[in-house]
Amino acid sequence: MSLISTLARLEAVSTGRAQPAATVRHRHLSDRPLVFVPLTTAGEAGAPLGALVGTDRDAPRLLAVPQPRDRDLRFAFLAELADVVLPYIDAYAEVVEAAERTETDPETGKRVKVEVDLCADAPQLIVPSRGGIDLVRLLGRSMRFRRTAEQDPETPYPAPPRVPLLGRWLTHFGERARVPGSSLLLAMTDVLSRHWATGQSTLEDQHLGALLAWIDPPEGLTGAEAALRAELERDAKGQLTCPPAGPATDPAFDNKLLAPAIERYDRARTALAAAEDGLEADDRLGALTAAEREIRDLVLSRTLPTWEKVWQGLDLLRELPEGAHVEERWTRDRWSFTGHRDRVLAGEPPQPRRDDAVTAANKLATREREQARLEAQEALDDPLVMAGRRLSGEAFAGEVTDVVMAYSEGKRPSPRPLVTVRTDDRPHLGERTKVYRSLGGKPQSAEFVGVEEDGAYVVLRVLDKMGRGKEPEPGSVPEKGDRVCFTLFEHEQRGGAKLPDPEETPWTHGGPPGEATLEAADPVTSEDVL
Amino acid sequence: MTTLFDPSAAATQATDAILHDTLHGTARGVVVDSPPGAGKSTLVVRAALELAEAGHPLMVVAQTNAQVDDLVLRLAEKNPELPVGRLHSSDADPYDKALDGLENVRKSAKAADLAGLAVVISTAAKWAHVKADEPWRYAIVDEAYQMRSDALLAVAGLFERALFVGDPGQLDPFAIVGSEQWAGLTYDPSASAVTTLLAHNPDLPQHRLPVSWRLPASAAPLVSDAFYPYTPFRSGTGHGDRRLSLAVPSDGSGPDRVIDEAAESGWGLLELPARHTPRTDPEAVRAVATVVRRLLDRAGAATSERSPDPTPLTADRIAVGTAHRDQAAAIRAALADLGVTDVVVDTANRLQGREYDVTVVLHPLSGRPDATAFHLETGRLCVLASRHRHACIVVCRAGVGDLLDDYPSTEPVQLGTGVKFPDGWEANHAVLAHLAEHRVMWRP
Repeated sequence: MSLISTLARLEAVSTGRAQPAATVRHRHLSDRPLVFVPLTTAGEAGAPLGALVGTDRDAPRLLAVPQPRDRDLRFAFLAELADVVLPYIDAYAEVVEAAERTETDPETGKRVKVEVDLCADAPQLIVPSRGGIDLVRLLGRSMRFRRTAEQDPETPYPAPPRVPLLGRWLTHFGERARVPGSSLLLAMTDVLSRHWATGQSTLEDQHLGALLAWIDPPEGLTGAEAALRAELERDAKGQLTCPPAGPATDPAFDNKLLAPAIERYDRARTALAAAEDGLEADDRLGALTAAEREIRDLVLSRTLPTWEKVWQGLDLLRELPEGAHVEERWTRDRWSFTGHRDRVLAGEPPQPRRDDAVTAANKLATREREQARLEAQEALDDPLVMAGRRLSGEAFAGEVTDVVMAYSEGKRPSPRPLVTVRTDDRPHLGERTKVYRSLGGKPQSAEFVGVEEDGAYVVLRVLDKMGRGKEPEPGSVPEKGDRVCFTLFEHEQRGGAKLPDPEETPWTHGGPPGEATLEAADPVTSEDVL
Repeated sequence: MTTLFDPSAAATQATDAILHDTLHGTARGVVVDSPPGAGKSTLVVRAALELAEAGHPLMVVAQTNAQVDDLVLRLAEKNPELPVGRLHSSDADPYDKALDGLENVRKSAKAADLAGLAVVISTAAKWAHVKADEPWRYAIVDEAYQMRSDALLAVAGLFERALFVGDPGQLDPFAIVGSEQWAGLTYDPSASAVTTLLAHNPDLPQHRLPVSWRLPASAAPLVSDAFYPYTPFRSGTGHGDRRLSLAVPSDGSGPDRVIDEAAESGWGLLELPARHTPRTDPEAVRAVATVVRRLLDRAGAATSERSPDPTPLTADRIAVGTAHRDQAAAIRAALADLGVTDVVVDTANRLQGREYDVTVVLHPLSGRPDATAFHLETGRLCVLASRHRHACIVVCRAGVGDLLDDYPSTEPVQLGTGVKFPDGWEANHAVLAHLAEHRVMWRP
C-alpha cells in the first residue's frame, strides 16, 4: 500500500468518512450498462440460484432456478440469461464506424493500413463484486463448449440454442476484465475502492454494503458504524438486513429460508408427477407454482438490495468527471469487442480451454503494457494520483527558477537547455536519470544533471521536442516562473517484440501446438444428473 | 580415510564436462546451475571462446545491458583478436563507453551490420527484435534463471542449440500483473526460462558448478544449507585464507562491536530493539549508515588468496543491500549526511551478480508487522547474503523470529507447479539462527 493511501485510510478513520482517492473518474461508464447481480448455490461451484439483470434500474429482470441441481432448470436459466444479454450485446455489435488498423500484408510482409469496421460503442457489464467476475468467467467456461441439438444431434444433453454463444461472450468479458484499465466488465467494489479510501481493510472493501456505508453513510452515523451495521445487522428472523453482494449467499438464509423452500418445491414436483387424474394434477400444479414463486421471492429479496447498491455506486461515480485518458482506453475496449464480434461472425471455434504458449505470452505482455500505461495515465489525469507518485519519489513538481541555454556537442549542435526547478518533493534521482513531462499531451524528456542547495533545486537538461532548428520552438522549453511537473516513469509504453506465430513455437516451449481441435464439453458425471 | 577435497580439481572437472556436452554432445540444450560466485561468467567466456575457435557462429543472450558490456569486456580481455559484435538498442548511450576502446568489437543497433562476426552479444529484449533467415548454430543464454519464459519464447527461434547458465537460488523473474491463469502450464510465460525449458525437455544434461570462489569459508556452508539444500557447494578458500583487519580499534559502540564480530567470524547481526516501523525505519537506516561510516573510518584491510598484501577496504569494495528502493534512497541520503557518497546502495534485484568485500544488509523483515511473499522470497535473502568475499553485516530489529512464526507461508497451492525448496520461511529461519550466534544488541 502506498504512503498516500495509508494516509487517506487514516484520515477516513479519524473523520468517519471515506476519503477521495481520485479527483476524476478513471474508468469508463456506459450510459446504458447491463447490471448483473448473480447468486449461486452453496456447495456446488458455479451452480446459479438466480440473478437480477437488466439495463433499467426500475425494471430488473428476475431469473431464478427453483431447484439448482436440476440441469434442465439450469439450462432454462442460462437460456433466459442469454435472452437478456445477447440482444444487449447485439445492439452494440450492429453500429459501426470506419477505422484504420495496421496489418501485415500476407504477400509482401509489409505493414499496411487497412480500412476496417470499429463498433461505435461497446456493451458494459457491471457486477457487484470481484466474485461476480469470477462467476462470469465460470459460467462462460461451463457454456462455451456445449453443443446445441442443431450443432450436434447426437449430443446427450443438448444446450438451448443461444447458450454456447452466451458462454463465448461471457468468456470474452471475463478475459478482458483481466486487462488493467479495461471497462467491459467491472466489479462495483473494485471501481469504488479505486476512487475512495475507506477506514477498513481492502478485504472488507469487498463487501459492497460496507464500502458504500463508508463512502455515503446514512444521516447520523459514522462510516465505521454504518459499515458494521451493513456487515452484521440481522432482523427478527436472524437474516442479514444487508445481504452479501454475492454470488455466495449467507448461510443463515440458506439454512432457514432457502433449503425449506426448495424442499417444498421438490415435494410439490414429486406430488405433481404422481397425480392420477387431471383434476388432481391441476391442484398440484397450483401448489408447484406457488412453491416456485416462493423461491423467486426469496431470490428477489436477496438480490434487490444489492441491485440498488450497484446503481447507487454508479450514481456516486457519475458525479466525478471522466479522466482525460479514459476515452482512449475505452477505445481499446471497443477494439477488443469488435475483434470478438468478428471472430464469432467468422464462425471461429470457442476460446480454447488453455492458451497456447504464444497466446499466453502475448496476453501477459499486453497486460503488463496496459498496467504501466494505466499507472502513468492515471497520474497524468489526476493531481491527487500524481501527488501519491510525488510522495513516493517517482515524480516532482515545482517552479522553474532559471533557464540557461546550452547546446549538444557534435556537427549540428541542437538545443539542450538547462532548467532549474525549485521543488519541495524528494524524487529518487540518480546520475542522468531520465524524467518526463507532458507537453501538449506528448512526453518531453529531460535528464537529471544535479541538485543545488540540499536538494531544493533540481537541474535538468531538456533533451527533445524542441523542433529541428538551432533555436528551440516557442513554448517547447519551460520558462522562468512556470509551474512544471516531471515524472521518473515514462508516459507512453513501447510495443514489445513480435513473438513467433503459434505454428512456429520453438522446441524450448514444446514446439507447435498442432491443429486446433474442436474441444468437447466436459463429460457428464453422475453428480451432474442428481 | 576421507579424500581431501580439492576445489580447483572439482571445478575443472565440472567445467570440462560442461564444455564437452556443449561442444560434442547431442542434446539441443545444456543447463548449468551455478551457486553465487562459482565462476559463471568465467565459464560463459570460456565456452564462448571455445565455440568461436571451433568455428561455430555464436550468439550470446544476457539479461541486462550491464551484463552484456561486462561479457564483451571479459571476452576482449581473454582474446583481443576475436571479432565480437555488440548489438545494442537505439537509445542514447546504449552501451558502456569502455567498449569504444576495443578494436575488434563492432557495435551496432542493426543485427545485419554484425553478420559474420564470431560472437554477437546482446540482451534478450534486443534479440527479440532480430529477424534471422538462418538460425545461429549455437547460443549461450546467461542468467537463464532470471529470464522469463516469454523472453525465451521470443528468441529461441534464433538458435539451434544452447548452453543455459544461471543461478537457481537468486530472485525469480516476476510479472507486474497477475499470471495465476497460466500457473501449472509447462509454458507459463511468467515462469523462469529454465523451468519451461526443462518441462518440455526433461532429458537435457544438467550440470552444476561445485565451488564458490566468492563466498568465504564462513559463508559457503550457511548459504549452501539454507538456499541450496539439495545441491550443496563448497567454498574455494579455507578458513585461514581470508582476513579482514582494522587499523583503528573499536570505540565500544554497537556498530564497532558488530564490525569486529564480522571481521572475526564473517557474519555480524546488529540487532535494534523490537518495534514496528515504516519501511524506511529512520533508526535502522541511520544504523546502516553508521556501520558503513565506521567501516571506512577504521581503515579496514582485506587479505585474500588473490594477493599476499592486504588491500585497503575502500568505499568501492563495500555495498549496502535493501529490499525496497525507498529504503535504498533513504540510506543513500543518510550516508550523504555522513559524508559517504561512493558506496553502492541498491536493492537485491540490482545487486544480483555483483561482488564486494563487505556488505551491509538491512534485513527485509526488519520492523515489519507482517511477512508477505515478497519479503519472504528465498531469492531476495539469498542475493543479500551472498554478495560478499569477506563479511556480511545484517542490521535488523529484534522479533523477526516471532514474526516468521506468526506468518507461515500461505501462498495458494497451484496444481502442476513445482514446489520450490527451500521455502522462504525455512531459509529465513536458517539464516536467522546462524546470525543469532553473531549478534550485537544495540540501542541507538
